[in-house]
Amino acid sequence: SNPFEVKVNRQKFDILGRKTKNDVGLPGVSRSKAIKKRNQTLLKEYKEREKTNVFKDKRFGEYNTKITPEEKMIRRFTLERQQNYGKKNIYNLNEDEELTHYGQSLAEIEKLNDIVDSDSDTEERGTLSAELTAAHFGGGGGLLRKKVSSEQQDEEEEKPKSRKELIEEMIARSKQEKQERQTRRESALELTEKLDKDWKEIQTLIARKTPKSERKDKDVEKPKPDEYDMIVRELGFEMKAKPSERLKTEEELAKEEQARLQKLEADRLRRMRGIDEQANKKRPSHMSADDLADGFILDKDDRRLLSYKDGKINIENEEEKEEEEGEEEGEEEGDEEDNDNEEESQEESASEDEEDDAADRHSDLESDHESEEEAAGNKEEKKHKANENESQNVEKLDPKSKAAKSELPYTFAVPESYETFKSLLAGRTIEQQLIILERVQKCNHPSLAMGNKAKLEKLFGFLLEYIGELATLDLPELRTIDKLVLPLYNLCQMFPEAASDSIKFILRDAAHDLEEVIEVKGRATFPGLDTLIYLKIISLLFPTSDFWHPVVTPAFMYMSQLLTKCRITTLQDVIKGLFICCLFLEYVSLSRRFVPELINFLLGVLHISLPKNHAQGYTVVHPFTPVGKNLELLFVCDKEDLKSWEKQNVPLSIVTRLKETSKTEINHTRLSCLALCFDLIKKCAALYECLPSFHEIMHPVRILLTQHVPVNEYPEKMQELYHSALKELENKVKHYTPLICEKKKPVPLKQYTPKIVKVLEFGRKQAGSKKEQERKQLIQRHKRELKGAIREIRKDNQFLARMQLSEIMERDSARKRKVKELLGSLATQEGEWKAMKRKKWKS
Amino acid sequence: QLPTGLYKKVLVILHDSVLPYMNEPTLMMDFLTVAYGIGGAISLLALNGLFILIHQHNLEYPDFYKKLYSLLDPSIYHVKYRARFFHLTDLFLSSSHLPAYLVAAFIKRLSRLALTAPPEALLMIIPFICNLFRRHPACRVLVHRPGGPADMSEDPYVMEKEEPSESRALESSLWEIQSLQNHYHPDVAKAAAVLNQSLSEMEDDISGLLELSAYELFDKEVKKKAVDVPLEFEQIRGLFGKKNDIFAEHFSLD
Repeated sequence: SNPFEVKVNRQKFDILGRKTKNDVGLPGVSRSKAIKKRNQTLLKEYKEREKTNVFKDKRFGEYNTKITPEEKMIRRFTLERQQNYGKKNIYNLNEDEELTHYGQSLAEIEKLNDIVDSDSDTEERGTLSAELTAAHFGGGGGLLRKKVSSEQQDEEEEKPKSRKELIEEMIARSKQEKQERQTRRESALELTEKLDKDWKEIQTLIARKTPKSERKDKDVEKPKPDEYDMIVRELGFEMKAKPSERLKTEEELAKEEQARLQKLEADRLRRMRGIDEQANKKRPSHMSADDLADGFILDKDDRRLLSYKDGKINIENEEEKEEEEGEEEGEEEGDEEDNDNEEESQEESASEDEEDDAADRHSDLESDHESEEEAAGNKEEKKHKANENESQNVEKLDPKSKAAKSELPYTFAVPESYETFKSLLAGRTIEQQLIILERVQKCNHPSLAMGNKAKLEKLFGFLLEYIGELATLDLPELRTIDKLVLPLYNLCQMFPEAASDSIKFILRDAAHDLEEVIEVKGRATFPGLDTLIYLKIISLLFPTSDFWHPVVTPAFMYMSQLLTKCRITTLQDVIKGLFICCLFLEYVSLSRRFVPELINFLLGVLHISLPKNHAQGYTVVHPFTPVGKNLELLFVCDKEDLKSWEKQNVPLSIVTRLKETSKTEINHTRLSCLALCFDLIKKCAALYECLPSFHEIMHPVRILLTQHVPVNEYPEKMQELYHSALKELENKVKHYTPLICEKKKPVPLKQYTPKIVKVLEFGRKQAGSKKEQERKQLIQRHKRELKGAIREIRKDNQFLARMQLSEIMERDSARKRKVKELLGSLATQEGEWKAMKRKKWKS
Repeated sequence: QLPTGLYKKVLVILHDSVLPYMNEPTLMMDFLTVAYGIGGAISLLALNGLFILIHQHNLEYPDFYKKLYSLLDPSIYHVKYRARFFHLTDLFLSSSHLPAYLVAAFIKRLSRLALTAPPEALLMIIPFICNLFRRHPACRVLVHRPGGPADMSEDPYVMEKEEPSESRALESSLWEIQSLQNHYHPDVAKAAAVLNQSLSEMEDDISGLLELSAYELFDKEVKKKAVDVPLEFEQIRGLFGKKNDIFAEHFSLD
């Protein structure tokens, strides 16, 4: 090529083994190539930028290079013919015309349709054959299909088949299909029947559930499978008996516990029915044919087995009864099979097992007795009858049974609703309630069954609700609550999340109520005793010293609201407030956190214990006011009452019912409150002594104590309390050290020492893993591509700008030319006109 | 001359539905000044109208800040108009030309009063004080006094003085905020701990905190999702069965 068009990239150094890609370039050639390409693409787009019309070439196979031109022409011709086929002549009205679809008369198609429908009625619907679908819905794909079919049939049939032929063919085909399907169905039926037969044969070996009469026959017929069964079971028992020496897991322990409870329950039941140990001992000789000796396959549900038979404590619901029935049935059915291996298995089974199952067997015995007496009859009825009969008999005979009756059942299901829970505990003494709760927990240990966890979690909520209810009674059963917190604690230890959720729920409700009351009335009243008890329970269940705790922190907020928002109008309010103060103190006793509300409230309580017109040197804040209704609420002026007062604990029940007893008693309660307040102040002082502004915090309290409280009028005991509180306040050293901010960590100066990296291989980028290398490569490639793309875009823009410029130039030059032309013609006109004028002048 | 209820009603709406429509708002001057002098909630409310007069109508109010200072008493954290009052106080104290002693006196007084405030007010006042420190760096001696006297037996600040200049606030330190670092509410404790470090440059936005209510705080806490719930490990023996139970000393279960 032209040496002037070649650009050589000169290498500074020749390096051996280096492949050079770009040593020679042809800038002119590449440029012209690029321009040409742009002319074909970009320029075209540019010229057509405002055109929306598109030219589409729809000629058949125009751009298909695989088809030879001759073939192409033939195809086109056939297509044309096909399109015109059937159109005939639309203007020829005389011709008797049939409406057609896809070359077939519509009427015929309709007939055909009917036939097909009647056929397919018996068969599966919705699965139409391909033929049918094509015939019915063949509109779109018609052309193509036709092509294919015509190809299939070669040249012998250029035209499609006549209508009649087609229809006949279709009918034949559908008939054939129908027949085929029928045969298939028949064969399937046969197979299933055969299978059923086989199954029946095998079933007797496996299933327990077969009528007695049949079974006996079968026992005779097939003794061998029973032996097999025996062996299998034996093996099973051996496996179970093995792990006795290793450490027991929690699950096993729970199981054992459950077993123990079951045993106790069984004992209790037996005693209630009045069947003594003697009968128990005799029993082996008395074993019925149907008795089962396989107590070791106690299912998990067994624990429910016995709980319902106590006529009095019929707690369980229908569902469980049914379950039990089912079990019973199952066991009975199992009995027969176990008959043979009874003795062996008894030998094998441990003595514990025997004892465990005593009741089970016993119940079986009973039912068997009954069944002997009357073969038919509802099982449940029977049992109830049996129970009644027996218990009646026994009551007369045996005094023991009475004790047994009052005794609790040993197994309980977890109550599903609060009502059932309440009925479970109703009428029981505290101890009994505790035992019930304990047993409910043990029987439903989460490791025993799947749903137990959720059930016990619910139980926590119920228990909480129950406590609340107890506290809201007219005579709050605080002693009961006192005991009930123990199971609450245990449950909480088991399910912290659920417990916290339910307590939070209660708190949210309480706070919501408070907020509502404030919004409606503008002021709030203290909540009932139940809420106070809940708050106390929170401090028992959860650590209150945490910086943040999901339950305790909201409780703090709630108590703070109570102390600041609630009106104090009665003596009960004061007691409730003081109760909350105690709660606050208890909550922060370990963490020593500062509670402003507490001090405010105590100050307020002191304030209302004074005669009027004494508010100087200190200010009380909401809910106490320097003037107003609640003044002198705790003020006692009766000398007699002052003298006769003895320090005693405030009964909590006073909160719900402050009977208007004698004035003396009220005064005594007031004094008790005051004493409580003094003590709390003392405790606060001890708690907050390390706060830097302790004296500022306690300043108003101190002023009130020293200047306003009429100490000398108080009884001696009160004076003692007063002085101890005051002492606690005053003997703190005033000690202030100026504050100093924590020093910021100095930001290190930037250093310019070079970073030294070991070079392992020269000429290669250092990188860690393969992945890292790949990533870097990708990044680099991306960079390169980006640069290239930007360059291309720039060139495109330049090209476009050039084109636009040339367009403008062209337009301008055309305009100039035209202007010139016009001016020229005007000039000649003018010239001619002037010449004419001159001529006139001359002439 | 008006009953208290009516006074409050008038003053609540005065600033945005009366004053803008008056031809000469300055006529309200005497009314507002008298109302401002009454004290308590009425003074707080009159502040709003006064602010408009001072700001837009060139009212000169002698000893305005002294009066404002004396308005601060423990009830300001508990009254209904807390948000409005602190919004205005923030405006009044936003000038950077105020003398340091005045701002320091305000800071000291506000934090002293904060010792009786409920948590929702504390969450508002602590950033408020931080903002004051940012605007008036001269007051930072209140939280940072290196080389001061090591031991003092008394807080130099005198709360009882009416005059801010006599309160010796600049010689004191913010022990109150330090006490609040032990507050039971975790957010308050965190907010108070901010003053331990040197403050950032940006001012906190307190407009969202002004209207904070106790119920909102409670709701926020309740809705927090906890990963796990720590439990009390001490085995209980009954409702009042804890060790050293305060209740057992004072209440009986009867």
